[in-house]
Amino acid sequence: MELLVLAEHRRGEIREVTFEMLTKGREIAQKTNSRLNTIILGKNIRDKAEVLARYADRVLMIDDERFEFFNSDLYQQVLSNIIREVKPILTMIGHTSYGVDLAPSLAVSLNIPLITDCLDLDIQDGQLTAVRQMYGGKIYARLNVRKSESYIATIRQGVITASEGNLKGEIIELPPPDIVEPVKKKFIEYVLPKIGEVDITSADILVAIGRGIKDQANIPLAEELAKTLGGVLACSRPIVDKGWLPPDRQVGSSGKTVKPKLYLALGISGAFQHVIGMKNSQLIIAVNKDPNAPIFNVAHYGVVEDLFKIVPILTEKIKELKKKTS
Amino acid sequence: MEIIVCVKHVPETAEVELKIDKTGRDIEKSGLVFDINEWDDYAVEEAIRIKEKLGGNVTVITVGSEDADSTLRKCLAKGADKAIRITDKRINTSDPYIIAKILSKTIKEIPFDLILTGAQSSDDGYAFIGPALAELLDIPHVTLAKKIEFKDRSVIVNRELEGGLEEVVEVELPALITIQTGINEPRYVSIMGIRKAMKKEIKTVSIDDLGLSETEVGIEGSWIHVSEVYIPSIERRAEFIRGTPEEVASKIIEIIKSRGVI
Repeated sequence: MELLVLAEHRRGEIREVTFEMLTKGREIAQKTNSRLNTIILGKNIRDKAEVLARYADRVLMIDDERFEFFNSDLYQQVLSNIIREVKPILTMIGHTSYGVDLAPSLAVSLNIPLITDCLDLDIQDGQLTAVRQMYGGKIYARLNVRKSESYIATIRQGVITASEGNLKGEIIELPPPDIVEPVKKKFIEYVLPKIGEVDITSADILVAIGRGIKDQANIPLAEELAKTLGGVLACSRPIVDKGWLPPDRQVGSSGKTVKPKLYLALGISGAFQHVIGMKNSQLIIAVNKDPNAPIFNVAHYGVVEDLFKIVPILTEKIKELKKKTS
Repeated sequence: MEIIVCVKHVPETAEVELKIDKTGRDIEKSGLVFDINEWDDYAVEEAIRIKEKLGGNVTVITVGSEDADSTLRKCLAKGADKAIRITDKRINTSDPYIIAKILSKTIKEIPFDLILTGAQSSDDGYAFIGPALAELLDIPHVTLAKKIEFKDRSVIVNRELEGGLEEVVEVELPALITIQTGINEPRYVSIMGIRKAMKKEIKTVSIDDLGLSETEVGIEGSWIHVSEVYIPSIERRAEFIRGTPEEVASKIIEIIKSRGVI
């Protein structure tokens, strides 16, 4: 049997999710006695193909300037043909901004069952099963995919620990593919994140707020605690979405990755996309009303309580302490 | 500009302790408050803003039971012109692939320039329906939009990539765009506003009207089946600090002092 992993790269770097998928792919390949293939599309990518060859039995490479930038329309055309030819039992694609743009329409066009955002997956007797999260990570689900000769799965980034590659895979350069015109979508440019006034990645102490802060009017409460502690205010995605704090304060997969000495999470439930950006903080203390909030899975200390009952007292007590010591 | 927005009526679970129901395949939903899926709320807002600027109509569509009418009414109160609800008892056992097929069959009968959907739903979060629907309708799509601008018969879209990076893409109309949260500030509607929208009609369509066969819906037609849901076992459970707020605050200070943070 064949397995296929789509290598993801951007601005000269192979993205980590690629190695995570190849690690999982290798595990499944060994168990099912399959060959692990990976495919990379891009411009001047020979060096990347050589890196990938350490992680897969076979690297399929299309080195063509039309693939300099990701375009799901073009990728879909090429991958459809590759999947028809190689007939992999499983094609893995990252559940990333690229993967979510590509996988659903690819699966529909090929009529191959797709399961998205998998934390783990397994094939037994030709049957694909997967583990996913629901309700922002509060619930896990085990799923069966309808029996098929071929499956597609998108894999959540940052869940599988990538292992070192020690294979010597074969690199096969494929000829430039035919593209059916007109291509209705085109890449124009990247927009880099704006440099903000505060760099939360260099702060020792972060007081981070989430949905539990309820209202913009309550933000000064958390801000005062942050200041009193000599720290900086950070937040989870909903706070930026509401426009209450600027994007440079956001911690998580679409924001920044931080490792402060203290991360005080107030009213943050701890969805995976947030946790991935703060789980390596040295000391994590979380305050949340829900005892099952996933934030308590990464926090060292937890307080199940309304943050509005804790924060003012905490701020006062730290002020007192600082007065005494100064 | 004729705009269609696909929306979903979902339980609010952010600050609620969830329980598993008797089937073991879903959460206990009784007692939960339902509302429009957060991503869809941004999509509806974006559609109404486009209409306000360029003219046209906004039609909201959902697949669901009668309960979902409250979400459609909310959209109508915000400024949507028409609402359609597709319903069937087999919907609960249908996966997102079937929902996408149902939507495509419905939308094929309606003229449109642009379809908007949320980038994902807050309940099962497949992030599947938008691009799958575009493929079924044979139109191009762009996912995770953070900004939309029109230029002749094209749309210029800023897509959210990881780590704060964005990319700008251009796509020809008609197209489908999935909306990321934070693209705009969804307007608030008062209860009065929703009451006024009660006068607007919600058209209901049954799956049989769409010409989908028995084997295309429900368990039979689905790609994926949930076999079990569970509350995750804890990997590194926090040590809980208990007591009055006063005591808790004192303990927190002790901990951070002992770690030399302050």
